[in-house]
Amino acid sequence: MKFGVIVFPGSNCDHDAYHVISKHVGQPVDFIWHRETNLSSFDALIIPGGFSYGDYLRAGALARFSPVMESVKKFAASGRFVLGICNGFQILCEAGLLPGALIRNRDLHFICEHIHVRVETSDTPFTNEMKPQSVLRIPIAHAEGNYVCDDATLQELQRQDRIIMRYCDPDGEVTMTGNPNGSRDNIAGICSSGRNVLGLMPHPERACEDLLGSTDGRGIFRSLAATLAAVA
Amino acid sequence: MKAKVYVSLKPGILDPQGKAIQHSVELLGYTGIDDVRQGKYFEIALAESADQEQARESVGRMAREVLSNPIIEDYRVEIEG
Repeated sequence: MKFGVIVFPGSNCDHDAYHVISKHVGQPVDFIWHRETNLSSFDALIIPGGFSYGDYLRAGALARFSPVMESVKKFAASGRFVLGICNGFQILCEAGLLPGALIRNRDLHFICEHIHVRVETSDTPFTNEMKPQSVLRIPIAHAEGNYVCDDATLQELQRQDRIIMRYCDPDGEVTMTGNPNGSRDNIAGICSSGRNVLGLMPHPERACEDLLGSTDGRGIFRSLAATLAAVA
Repeated sequence: MKAKVYVSLKPGILDPQGKAIQHSVELLGYTGIDDVRQGKYFEIALAESADQEQARESVGRMAREVLSNPIIEDYRVEIEG
């Protein structure tokens, strides 16, 4: 199985993602420059965090027009796996691969801290090694993480069990006090209707080393690796 | 010829920046302000020879596809000859 980490001008969590795949998943991984269009050698893609194109216009808005993105759309349409983290989630929304949008945080601050999220379902290629309702302590680092969508989209996400993580209190209660940015329905991560594209605002790749204060992020990468091993 | 594009958040989309601006101007003593919404404004210089209707259509498409995100924003295009 081979992983690819897409690098846009302004990506800055690409090396973290690369490190986690090579060290903790133990699989081959390559960086993919955003001008590349051939993704045929990859089984899973990570669109990492950062500030692609300086977040000009809107976060993720300009990265969507990079040459690689047309190939990412085809990659996703073929059922292969795409994980967008933070700016990667914003890019997936702007590109229409995930519904909704991420707007400025409720309290306007750039928030960089460990928060708690509850894993809402194990029925995705990214969470199948985790227990539903388990609480993860993972960092967020964003100014635009406030998820919005219309009522019909929210109902569809709920009905199809596509809300993968919700912000919560340390004890797992989904409350407004546990919601750092004002996200609708405390949404921290959603998947596509095919369940093979996941967008997350929290950074699991920054929560894989004891030295960094939490290893709760490993479950995401372990799940994805287990999924790929099963389909290989 | 010049195109002006105004992009604003749709009604109902929270605008925390607008709220912060409203709070600040009220602190300065301005009264009677019901609401402040912050948006974006683009000036696009077009070739003088451009056809006005074609320019309106082209800039409209640009506004819809790039300058705004239709999930959260509305836009308005003005063409100045």
